[in-house]
Amino acid sequence: MKFGVLVFPGSNCDHDAYHALKHIHGIDTTFIWHKETEIGSVDAIIVPGGFSYGDYLRSGAIARFSPVMNAVADFASGGGPVLGICNGFQILLEARLLPGTMMANEQLRFTCKLVHLKCESRNTPFTGSVPDTQTLRMPVAHGEGNYYADDELYKKLLDRNQVVFRYCDANGNITPESNPNGSVGNIAGICNESRNVVGMMPHPERAVEKRLGSDHGRFLFNSVIDNLSYAVNS
Amino acid sequence: MQVEIVITLRESILDPKGKASHHALENLGFKDITGVRIGKFIQLDVDTNDPDQARRAAEQACEKLLANMVMEDYEIRLPDNV
Repeated sequence: MKFGVLVFPGSNCDHDAYHALKHIHGIDTTFIWHKETEIGSVDAIIVPGGFSYGDYLRSGAIARFSPVMNAVADFASGGGPVLGICNGFQILLEARLLPGTMMANEQLRFTCKLVHLKCESRNTPFTGSVPDTQTLRMPVAHGEGNYYADDELYKKLLDRNQVVFRYCDANGNITPESNPNGSVGNIAGICNESRNVVGMMPHPERAVEKRLGSDHGRFLFNSVIDNLSYAVNS
Repeated sequence: MQVEIVITLRESILDPKGKASHHALENLGFKDITGVRIGKFIQLDVDTNDPDQARRAAEQACEKLLANMVMEDYEIRLPDNV
């Protein structure tokens, strides 16, 4: 089993993702430079956070046209698991691999803090092994994480159960106070219709060691590892 | 030919930069300014003298990359003398 972590100019969570997979989970992991036209033999792709191309124009707008993104789109359309984290989520939105768009945080500030998340769907490769009753704790760090879907799209997301994570309080209640950026419906993460592409603003790769505040990000990586192991063995 | 593009957030979309600037202007005493929207100004040099061709190139550039059609509108301005 092998994971690929994309690297764009300005990515800055690529090494965190690599560390989480390689050193914490012991999974063979490779960096994939954005100029590559092929992703090689990887089983899952992480689109990491950061400020690809300095967030020029719009977050993720230019990265989306990097050569590697065509290969990522092919990989995704073939059912391969893809996780976009923070700026990676923004890139997947710009690439139209996920629906909706991202606006600046409602409270006009860059927000960097630990938040609570409610996992709303275990039916994705990245959430299958998240415990049922667990409220997840992991950090957010973004200035543009205010997920926007118009009424029609929001209804579609609900109908198809595409909302994967919502911001909540410590007890799992979805409240306005627990929404760090003004996202519609407290949305913190969504998946595509085929459910193999997931995007989220919080950082699971920064929550893999208790001594750094939380290891709940491991649930996500364990999920996809379990998912891929099952696929290999069955 | 030089083409100018103005990109603005749709009216229904929150504009935090505009809002923050408006607050600051209010604090400075600009009582008669009742709203601020902040967008982007982009200047393209297009290798043609044909205004239609220049406009088409600018439109495609907006649709493909420069504007996010989910939340932004664009306006293309050609020089007055063409």
